[in-house]
Amino acid sequence: MNYLISKLGWLLVSLSGASAFAVIALNRGESIGAIWIVIAAVCVYITAYRFYSLFIANSVLKLDSTRMTPAYKHNDGLDHVPTNKYVLFGHHFAAIAGAGPLVGPILAAQMGYMPGMLWLLAGVVFAGAVQDFIVLFISTRRDGRSLGDLIKSELGQVPGMIAMFGAFFIMLILLAVLALIVVKALAESPWGTFTVAATIPIALFMGIYVRYLRPCAIGEVSLIGFVLLMLSIVAGQYVQEDPTLAAIFTLTGEQLTWALIAYGFIASVLPVWLLLAPRDYLSTFLKIGTIVGLAVGVIVISPQLKMPAFTQFVDGSGPVWSGSLFPFLFITIACGAISGFHSLIASGTTPKMIQTETDARFIGYGAMLMESFVAIMALVAAATLEPGIYFAMNSPAAIIGTTAESAAQTIAQWGFYVTPEMITQTAQNVGEHNIISRTGGAPTLAVGMAQILSEVVGGTAMMAFWYHFAILFEALFILTAVDAGTRAGRFMLQDLLGSFIPAMKRTDSLVASLIATGICVAGWGYFLYQGVVDPLGGINTLWPLFGISNQMLAGIALILCTCVLFKMKLDRFAWVTIIPVTWVCVCTLTAAWQKIFDANPRIGFLAHANKYRDSVAEGIVLAPAKSIEQMQQVIFNDYVNASLASLFMAVLISMLFFGIKTVLQARVINHPTTKEAPFELSPVYATTEK
Amino acid sequence: MVNKITQTLRQLSQSMRLMVGVPEYSTYVAHMRNAHPDRPVMSHEEFFRERQEARYGGNGKISRCC
Repeated sequence: MNYLISKLGWLLVSLSGASAFAVIALNRGESIGAIWIVIAAVCVYITAYRFYSLFIANSVLKLDSTRMTPAYKHNDGLDHVPTNKYVLFGHHFAAIAGAGPLVGPILAAQMGYMPGMLWLLAGVVFAGAVQDFIVLFISTRRDGRSLGDLIKSELGQVPGMIAMFGAFFIMLILLAVLALIVVKALAESPWGTFTVAATIPIALFMGIYVRYLRPCAIGEVSLIGFVLLMLSIVAGQYVQEDPTLAAIFTLTGEQLTWALIAYGFIASVLPVWLLLAPRDYLSTFLKIGTIVGLAVGVIVISPQLKMPAFTQFVDGSGPVWSGSLFPFLFITIACGAISGFHSLIASGTTPKMIQTETDARFIGYGAMLMESFVAIMALVAAATLEPGIYFAMNSPAAIIGTTAESAAQTIAQWGFYVTPEMITQTAQNVGEHNIISRTGGAPTLAVGMAQILSEVVGGTAMMAFWYHFAILFEALFILTAVDAGTRAGRFMLQDLLGSFIPAMKRTDSLVASLIATGICVAGWGYFLYQGVVDPLGGINTLWPLFGISNQMLAGIALILCTCVLFKMKLDRFAWVTIIPVTWVCVCTLTAAWQKIFDANPRIGFLAHANKYRDSVAEGIVLAPAKSIEQMQQVIFNDYVNASLASLFMAVLISMLFFGIKTVLQARVINHPTTKEAPFELSPVYATTEK
Repeated sequence: MVNKITQTLRQLSQSMRLMVGVPEYSTYVAHMRNAHPDRPVMSHEEFFRERQEARYGGNGKISRCC
C-alpha cells in the first residue's frame, strides 16, 4: 500500500511539473501566472532531492550514519553540539541566504525570465546544491575544518594559501557591491535614509536592553526592535513631507558613500554586543519572515509575469549589464544557482553541529534548493513589473537620461510600452521622488514586493509602506554583512599578513587591528566610490567582478570535491563534480577574459581605458570625468579592475593546475589516500545497538 | 497531537536562536554535568555573552553569506 502511495505521489509530482513547464512553454506569446513558475520549480526541486541527492548520498559518498560526527567527538555544548537536523537546517539556511539570491535574478531579468529560471533550476540541481552537500560532507569527515584547511591538507600548502588569498578579495568585492546596492537604494530618498539611519539607535537600545536589562531575551528584544522598526517606517513618511527634516536626510550618492565607509570602520571596532549582535537578530528574523511572506504572496496572488520569456537583450546589448547570455548570465546569477561563498559556510559552523553524517544531504543539498527557491521568487517579483518600468529603474542615466520623458522615449524605442506618466505614477505610489536609474536590484525588488504584498495587505495606499519595508529589510542585512564582513576580512588579512609580518598576527593588538580594519575598509571603500561615480551605474562594473570572484571560489570548492572523490577511489562517480566544475571554470574564465580584453568599451576594461586615453590625447573630457585628472582616475580604475579580473583568472588556473596534479597522483595509487579523521562509532548508534 | 505541536514550536524557537548563534543552554548544562562534573558551569548570562563573542568577535569566522 505504502509502495503504491509513493509511486502515485511521484507520478503526481512529475505530471504537475511537466504540465507547469508545458504552460510556461506554450504561452510564450502571452503573459502567464507566476504560480506556474513556482510549481515547475518546486517539482524540479522535489524530484532532484529525492533522486539525485539520494544517488550522491548512497552511491557516491556512501554516507555512514554509524560514523561519529565532530559534534559528538568534540562535544562542548558550545560550538560542537549534536543538533536536530530540522533545527540545524534553519541555521544553515539563514547563514547561506542573503542579498545575493535576491539581486542576481533581478539583474538577469533584462534577458527575460526564461534564461534566469532555467539556469537557476539546472544550476542548483547539478552544481550549487552538489557543491554545498559535498563540501559539508568533506568537512564533517575531517573534524569540521574550514575550506582553507581542507585544501591545505588535501591539495597542499600552496594551493591552500592561494585559495584563502582569493577568498579575501571576494570579501572586498562583495562588501563593495553590497554597499553600492544600499547607496543606490537610499540616494536622494529621505524616507529610506531615515528608516535605515533609525536602525542604528534601535540596535544600540536593543544591545543595551539584552545585555543589562533582560539578559538572553533574544525573542523579546527582537519583537520590541521589530515594532520600533515599523514605527520608523511610518515616521519616515513624515520626515519626507517635512521640508527641513527631508533636507537633512536627502543625501547624494557620494555623501552616502562616505557615511557608509565611516560607519563600516566604526561599527567593526565597537563591541559586538552593542551594535552588531542586535542588528543581526533583527536582520536575520526579518529576512526569514519576509522570504516566507513573499512566498505566500506569490502563491496566493499568482501575479501575471509581464516580462517576456526572452528579450532582445540576450545578444548582450542590454542596458542593465553588458555582455551576452554566455558567459555573463552564469556569473550574474551566482547565489541561487551556485555560490562559492557557501563552501565557506558549509565548512564553518554547520559541520560542527551535524548529528549524523546522513543529515548532510537534507542540510547541504536541501538548504541550497531552498535558496534557489528564494531566487526564483526574486525573479518572479522582477518579472511581474511592467517591463518598461523595470528598464526605467535599472538602466543607467547615461543611456536613458534623467527625466521621465527621456526615459520613456528611449525605452519605447526598445519596444517596451511605457509612458512618462506611468513612471511618475509608480514613483508616487511607492513614495519616492524619482525611480529612474535606481540600479542595483534592491529598489526593483522593493517595487515588485510592494505590488505583491500590497495586494495581500493594504492595497495601493499601503504600497509606499511596503516599498520602504522592503528597502529597509535589504539595507538592514546588507549593513549587518558590511559590519561582520569587515571584521571577518580584518582577521583574514591579519592571518595572511601575519605569515610575512609576525606583528600583524596579534589580534589583541590595537594598532595591528586598526591597520587591518583600515586596509579592509579602504579596499571595499575604493571599489564602492568608483561604482557610485560611474555614469554606467557601477553595477555594470562591480556585479560582474563579484560574480566572477564568487564563481571562482565555487570552482575552487568543486576542484577540492573532485580531488577528494578521486582520492577516495571513486573515479567512476567523479563526473558528479567534474561536470559542474568544468562549466563553472569555462564560464568564469571566459567572462573574466571578456571583461579584460573585449573590444567593446562597455564590456572590456582595457577597451574602456583606451577610449579614455584617446580622449585625453585629444584633450576632450568624457563624462563622468569633469577634468583631465579625473579622466586619468577613470583610466587607473579600469586598470585596477582589469588586474583584479586577471588575478581571479590566475587564482582559478593555478588551482586547476594543483587539482589536476592531485587527481593524477591519486589515480596512480590503488588505495584511498584521503585524509579523513579515523572512523569512530557514533554514540547514538552504540546505544541503540545495546 | 498537542505533543507534536509543542515539539515543533520548541524546535522552531531553537532554530531561530541558533540562526543568531545561540545553541540550547540546557543542552550545554547537561553536557557539562555529564562529561565534566569537575569543571565550573557558566551561568545563562555568561553563556550568552560567550556565544555572542564567539559568533561575532572574531578569529575570521564567516557566519553569513552574500
